[in-house]
Amino acid sequence: MTEFLRLDDVSFNYHSKQGETKALENVTLTVKEHEFFGIVGPSGSGKTTILSLIAGILSPNGGKITLLGKPVKEETGITGYMLQKDHLFEWRTIEQNVMLGLELKRDVTKESKDRVLNLLEKYGLIDFKDKYPGELSGGMRQRVALIRTLALSPKLLLLDEPFSALDYVTRLSVCNDVYRIIKNEKITTILISHDISEAISLCDRIAMLTERPAKVKKIFDVEIEGDSPLKKRESSSFSTMFEKVWKELGVQI
Amino acid sequence: MNKYSPEHARYLLGIKRRKILVNAWRWGILVIFILLWEIFARVGVIDAFIMSSPSRIIKTIGELLNGGTLFYHVWITLYETVLGFLIATILGSFIAILFWWWATLNSILEPYMVVLNALPKIALGPIIIIWVGAGQQAIITMAVLVCIIITIINMQNAFYGVEKEKLLLMRTMHATKLQILTKLVIPASIPAFISNLKINVGLSWVGSIIGEYLVSKAGLGYLIVYGGQIFKLDLVMCSTVILCALAGGMYAVVALLEKKLSSNRR
Repeated sequence: MTEFLRLDDVSFNYHSKQGETKALENVTLTVKEHEFFGIVGPSGSGKTTILSLIAGILSPNGGKITLLGKPVKEETGITGYMLQKDHLFEWRTIEQNVMLGLELKRDVTKESKDRVLNLLEKYGLIDFKDKYPGELSGGMRQRVALIRTLALSPKLLLLDEPFSALDYVTRLSVCNDVYRIIKNEKITTILISHDISEAISLCDRIAMLTERPAKVKKIFDVEIEGDSPLKKRESSSFSTMFEKVWKELGVQI
Repeated sequence: MNKYSPEHARYLLGIKRRKILVNAWRWGILVIFILLWEIFARVGVIDAFIMSSPSRIIKTIGELLNGGTLFYHVWITLYETVLGFLIATILGSFIAILFWWWATLNSILEPYMVVLNALPKIALGPIIIIWVGAGQQAIITMAVLVCIIITIINMQNAFYGVEKEKLLLMRTMHATKLQILTKLVIPASIPAFISNLKINVGLSWVGSIIGEYLVSKAGLGYLIVYGGQIFKLDLVMCSTVILCALAGGMYAVVALLEKKLSSNRR
């Protein structure tokens, strides 16, 4: 696997009237192509900040981020970002919602439209294309949100706790679906989560961050048998892995 | 379809009964009110000269109709109100968009908007008359002034109330500012726009009638003032009744528009 994304000594500070907050300090990590990479850490440790930097929404105060050999700012349009909530637009049908990104890029062509409809078809949402988001369940809406992101054919997918707004049962099944879709489409993915077991069930490698200002504390290689998150959760090595990560997190109870 | 359990049938019946009850009372109150008014006026419990009566109101409407002036007065007031309503709504929403686009401009002008909103617009009456002239233009200006400030404030609140995360979503998809405006901020503010229309229906009537009180030669507000001055309460009451009907009608039109616009969102 080739090196896909690289963060070198990346730092970032937030400014507010109350003062300056160091969110990230010398974060260094690499993500390989087709890898499912997880970032976990205590809440408020700057996980979302890392994603915003990689997406090019924020610029680092120090250090370098290179994506496919180029500095990130110039590489707009190859990352897809998925948020906690689906944020589907209530006034648009499902089809119009998933077409949003292409509309914004002014890239609505016969081919691009067919490709998006094909994605809906492939992942069981084609029957709902003329419905409005209000008529869909939370799990379905989140899958629509994923397809909205995939419609732009991103090379790198950034997932910001994409299941945390769902109830537990839905969460497990949507997690399974999303994993299947991402592996199918062969997209390099970075997931941030505060849920260790979720990260373990999805990711190939997991980076753990320290408290703010965040640094990379440790990187875990996750090797668990099973071809889906649910299968992996059943595996015996799952709980061993969980304990390893949990200990490292060092939560004081 | 009709295979409900007895319990569910009772539940449905309950809903139906309630609806009938509400409707019966709605109309009942009106009928009883009119009847009592008429009876009390006839038997002399109330003075029909001061209080007028339903029959006298109908007679006055008939007289105005025969004189051919009823529709003239109605048209004048309706024209002023609807024009004021449209100008205030369109111009106000447009100004709100400018304020959204230039957030700094918004911050600078905020205290002025607060003062203008709190100011009773009728105080500006004499200034308006001197500036735009004593005529229909002054009345329309008054109607616009009464509605426009609240329109700007309401629409601004709606624009700024769009979820931060939805804006972030648009930015992650590299939307331009114009795209964020047209594809997110404006469509997301349609419900607020509709509720603002409903507020403006009421306020534009306030504006046009205030305007007619100040300066007018015709219109329902003029008839009310004129009727009051010559102590013809029949004319005052009759104009007021027509005003009620017109305002209700305009509200119904907006409600219909709302139904149309909101049929494709749930």
